Amino acid sequence: MSLDQLTNEAPAYNFAYLDEQTKRMIRRAILKGIAVPGYQVPFAAREMPMPYGWGTGGVQVTASVLGESDILKVIDQGADDTTNAVSIRNFFAKTANVDLTTHTSEATVIQTRHRIPEEELQEHQTLVYQVPIPEPLRFLEPRETETRKMHALSEYGLIHVKLYEDIATHGHIATTYAYPVMVEGRYVMDPSPTPKFDNPKMHKSKALQLFGAGREKRIYALPPHTDVVSLDFEDHPFTIQEWPDTKCAMCGAEGVYFDEVILDDAGNNMFVCSDSDYCETRQSEGHLGPLNADYKERMQ
Amino acid sequence: MSLDQDLPLLSVKNLSHFYGQHLGCKNVNFDLYPGEVLAIVGESGSGKTTLLNCLSTQIIPTDGAVFYRNRKGQSDNLYEMSEAQQRILLRTDWGFVRQHPRDGLRMNVSAGANVGERLMALGDRHYGKIRDTALDWLEKVEIQADRIDDAPRTFSGGMQQRLQIARNLVTNPRLVFMDEPTGGLDVSVQARLLDLIRRLVSELGLSIIIVTHDLAVARLLSDRIMVMKDGKVIEQGLTDQVLDDPHQAYTQLLVSSILHVGS
Amino acid sequence: MYVAVKGGEKAIKNAHTLFAAKRRGNENVPGLRLDQITEQLSFAVDRVMGEGSLYDPELAAMAIRQAQGDLIEAIFLIRAYRTTLPRFGYAEPIETGKMAIERRISATFKDLPGGQVLGPTFDYSHRLINFDFDAEAAPETPPSSDEDIDLNAEVPRVSDILGKSGMIEPDHQFDEGHETGDLTRTPIDFPTDRDVRLQNLARGDEGFLLALGYSTQRGYARSHPFAGEIRFGEVEVEFFAEELGFAVPIGTMEVTECQMINQFKGSAKAPPAFTRGYGLVFGQAERKAMSMALVDRSLRWKELGEEFSAPAQDQEFVLSHSDNIQATGFVEHLKLPHYVDFQAELDLIRTMRKEFDAQQNENGDEPKMEAAQ
Ligand SMILES: Nc1ncnc2c1ncn2[C@@H]1O[C@H](COP(=O)(O)OP(=O)(O)O)[C@@H](O)[C@H]1O
Ligand SMILES: [Mg+2]
Ligand SMILES: [Zn+2]
Repeated sequence: MSLDQLTNEAPAYNFAYLDEQTKRMIRRAILKGIAVPGYQVPFAAREMPMPYGWGTGGVQVTASVLGESDILKVIDQGADDTTNAVSIRNFFAKTANVDLTTHTSEATVIQTRHRIPEEELQEHQTLVYQVPIPEPLRFLEPRETETRKMHALSEYGLIHVKLYEDIATHGHIATTYAYPVMVEGRYVMDPSPTPKFDNPKMHKSKALQLFGAGREKRIYALPPHTDVVSLDFEDHPFTIQEWPDTKCAMCGAEGVYFDEVILDDAGNNMFVCSDSDYCETRQSEGHLGPLNADYKERMQ
Repeated sequence: MSLDQDLPLLSVKNLSHFYGQHLGCKNVNFDLYPGEVLAIVGESGSGKTTLLNCLSTQIIPTDGAVFYRNRKGQSDNLYEMSEAQQRILLRTDWGFVRQHPRDGLRMNVSAGANVGERLMALGDRHYGKIRDTALDWLEKVEIQADRIDDAPRTFSGGMQQRLQIARNLVTNPRLVFMDEPTGGLDVSVQARLLDLIRRLVSELGLSIIIVTHDLAVARLLSDRIMVMKDGKVIEQGLTDQVLDDPHQAYTQLLVSSILHVGS
Repeated sequence: MYVAVKGGEKAIKNAHTLFAAKRRGNENVPGLRLDQITEQLSFAVDRVMGEGSLYDPELAAMAIRQAQGDLIEAIFLIRAYRTTLPRFGYAEPIETGKMAIERRISATFKDLPGGQVLGPTFDYSHRLINFDFDAEAAPETPPSSDEDIDLNAEVPRVSDILGKSGMIEPDHQFDEGHETGDLTRTPIDFPTDRDVRLQNLARGDEGFLLALGYSTQRGYARSHPFAGEIRFGEVEVEFFAEELGFAVPIGTMEVTECQMINQFKGSAKAPPAFTRGYGLVFGQAERKAMSMALVDRSLRWKELGEEFSAPAQDQEFVLSHSDNIQATGFVEHLKLPHYVDFQAELDLIRTMRKEFDAQQNENGDEPKMEAAQ
C-alpha cells in the first residue's frame, strides 16, 4: 500500500456499479453455487444504493454477470412496469448502459421478483431471482447453526412435518408460494416467493437460474437441466394453482398465472395475465380478451 | 442371529467425562445385551445424566469408548463415527425419552406429527400411511385416536410422556435411553406409565438404559442395576440381587431409606 | 374498460419531485448549511458516522440534510456510499489510553489517576425546555480546566489500573494465528468470535442495543455492571506505510469508549475476577457505547461458563437483528407489491372456505352466511 494511493481521488462508479474485485468475489460464489446446485453459498454482500429487501441480492448477481452485450429485462410480480422493476431497470440503465427490453425472448438476463415468465426460457438466458429469505427451513428452525447442520446431513424430516400439519389442519398442503423444492435429490431449496404455479418451470429449465439474497448474504443456483422437485406426499401430490373457466380479460389466455383486478365495490372482478409481456405479445398477435377495447371494436 | 443375541449391544470401556476440571463421571465400564433393561441409580449430581448423554453421543466424553453393534452385527466406536452417522442412529436405531416432555416433543405441532416425524425423516412419503401408523402408536400408548390433531401442550403430563414414548418407538428402535421419565408425575400417573413401559419392553424386546433416582422404578423395570456415587459406579449386578443384598454401605443406605419410606 | 396500469416510471419521477419540494419546505426559510449541522447537531452527526461506519462529519451532515433529518435514512446514504470507496488497508489499532480527554468519568472510583473530568455533557442538566433559547447568542466562555488536571497528559484506563492487581480480566486475547475478522468482507459465520461481534455492535442500531442492554439490567441475563470508565476525546489514527516501514499518522478522530466492569464468580478454570464489557463508538455517543458494552458482556456467557437464559445473550438473535439498514429495508419492503403471493393466498382461502361450507352442508348445518339472512 502506498501513500500515493491513499491520497488519490476515488474513481467514478464502475460498469454495473460494483467494482471488479467485488464482482469477482460474487462470481466465485455463483460458480460455487452452480457446482453444488441448491446449496446456499455465503457471500460478502455489499450495501447497495437501494434498501435491503428490495432486491439488493438480485442486483448484485445481475451486476456481476452482466456484460456490455447483454440485454436486460427486469420484472416484479411478472410485470416490467411495477415501480420496483422500473427502479432497478433505471439503476442498470444508469450504471451499465446495456440494452433493455421488456420482451422475454429478447432478454439474455432477466431479473425477477416473485414470478417466472410464462414463455419458456432458453439456453442463452439467465434468470436472476431476488430472494428475501433463502433458508427454506427458517420458519421451522430460526437458528442458522442448526439449519446448516440439517442441510449438511440432509435432515429434512421437519419440512414434511410442516406439510403433514397442513394436511391434518386444512385437508391439503397450504403452502402457496415459496414452496420448497428438492434439488437434484440433495438440497432442499427455497424458490423465493414465486407462486407454486411457477415451480414446474424450474425443473430441467434450459436457462441458468441464479438466486441472490443480499440481506442474508447468500447466493444459490440451478444450472440448466437441473432436477427440481416440489416436496409432497404420494397421496397428496403437489399441484399448482388453477383458475378453471378463467381467461385473461385482455388477451384471452388460459392456464397462466392471473392477477385479480377489482373492478368495483360490488364484488365484480376480472383476471388478467400477471406476466405483462406475455399478455401484450398475445394482444399484438391478435388474441383479444372480452374486456379488451379492441375486442369490442372487432365485435361491432 | 442367535449368535448376535449373545454379544453385547453396547460395550462401554473406561468412560470418563469432565466438565472442565469438574468430574461428571469416571471410569465407567459395562456391557448391555439385547433385550436387557439397565437402571442407573444414584442421588442427584452423581453423574447419571452425564453418563446417559455420553452414551447417546449428546456429549463427547473426555475419555473412553463405547462400542455399538449395529443391525448388521458390526460393532463400532460411537465416538469415531461422523456426526451424520451419530444423528442417524439417534433418530432410527435409538430413542431418547427426556425427563421434561417439552425437551423431547415438538410442542407446536400436533400429536400425529410428533409421532410421524421420525417416519418422515426416514423418507416415508405417504400421508395416509404415516397417519395410520401414528394412530396405531397412539393406541399403544393409550392416547385416544381423536386427540391425534391436538397439540401436546393440551395434554396432561402423563399423556405427554406417553406421546414421547410413541414418538421414539415408531421407528422400532433397538435401544432406548430414558432420563427420569417418571420424574415430574404423581404416583398414580407414574404407575400407569411404568406399566406401559414394562409392557412395551416385553412386547418389543427393547434394550433400555433408564436413569432414575427411584429404586422402586428400578426394581419394577430393570434386569440389572448400576449404582453411581460421585461420578463413579460403586456397585452393579442383577437388580434383585443388588437390592436384596447390597454390598456397598452407600447402596445399603439407599435401599434402607426406600424401605423406610415404604414401610 | 380496463387499461393496464402503466406509468410506474412516471409515478416514481413525480414522487421524487414532490419529495424534493417537501425537503426544501418553505422557501422563505433559509436553507440549512452543512456547517450548521456539523456545529450544532453534533450528536446526530456522530450517530450517523457511527452506524454508517464512516468517519466523516461533513459527509454525515450532507446525508442528514438530504434525508431531512431521518437519521436511519442518512445512515443508509452513508453506508451505500462507503461500500463504493476503495480500500487501502486497515489502520493500526487506535490507542484509547493515549486519548486527548474531553470527558472521562468512572463510577467505580471516587478519585483515580487522571481524575474525573465531567466535560461537555447533558448529565445533571434539568430537562426543561428553554423557551427563551437564543440560537444566535454567544455561550459563556467555558472555564479553563482544573489546575491539577492536565488534559494533555496520558490518562490511564481504569481497566489497566485494575488489571495491574489482577482484579480484572486482561484485554481479550485471541489464539495464536487468529486473524481479525471483517464483517464487511466476510459474512458472519455463527457462532462468531468477539472481534466480529464487536464490529457488529459498533455499527448496530442505538435503539436496539439500548433496549437489549436495558433488558440485561432488568434481569434478562443480569451481569451486575458498573460503569468502570467512560471516556470521550480525540485519538490519533495511524496507518502502516510499507515504503516507510513504519506507521504514520493520517488524522484524528473522536471516539467514546466505555468499559463496563462486571461481576464474575470464577469457575474451575479461572479465579474470581471482574470481567469486562466493551463499547467503542465514533464521536460522542455514550448511550450507545454503554449499551454496546452491556450487550458485549452478555454475549460472552459461554466463554465465561454462564447460564444461557435471555435474548441479549443469543448471538444469532442479537447480531442478525442489530443492523438498522438491514432491518429497515426488510420491514419497509412490505410496501412493495406482493400481488402474486397475495393472489396465491387468496385463492387458497377461497378454496378452503368452499370446502368448509361443503363440509357444513354435509353435516346438515346451514352455512353461516345463509343462516344470518
Ligand atoms: N453442563 C455442566 N457443566 C458443568 N458441570 C456439570 C454440567 N452438567 C452436570 N455437571 C456436574 O456434573 C456432575 C454430575 O451431574 P449429572 O450428570 O447431571 O448428575 P445426575 O444426573 O446424577 O443428577 C454434577 O456435579 C453436576 O454439577
Ligand atoms: Mg439427571
Ligand atoms: Zn393476458
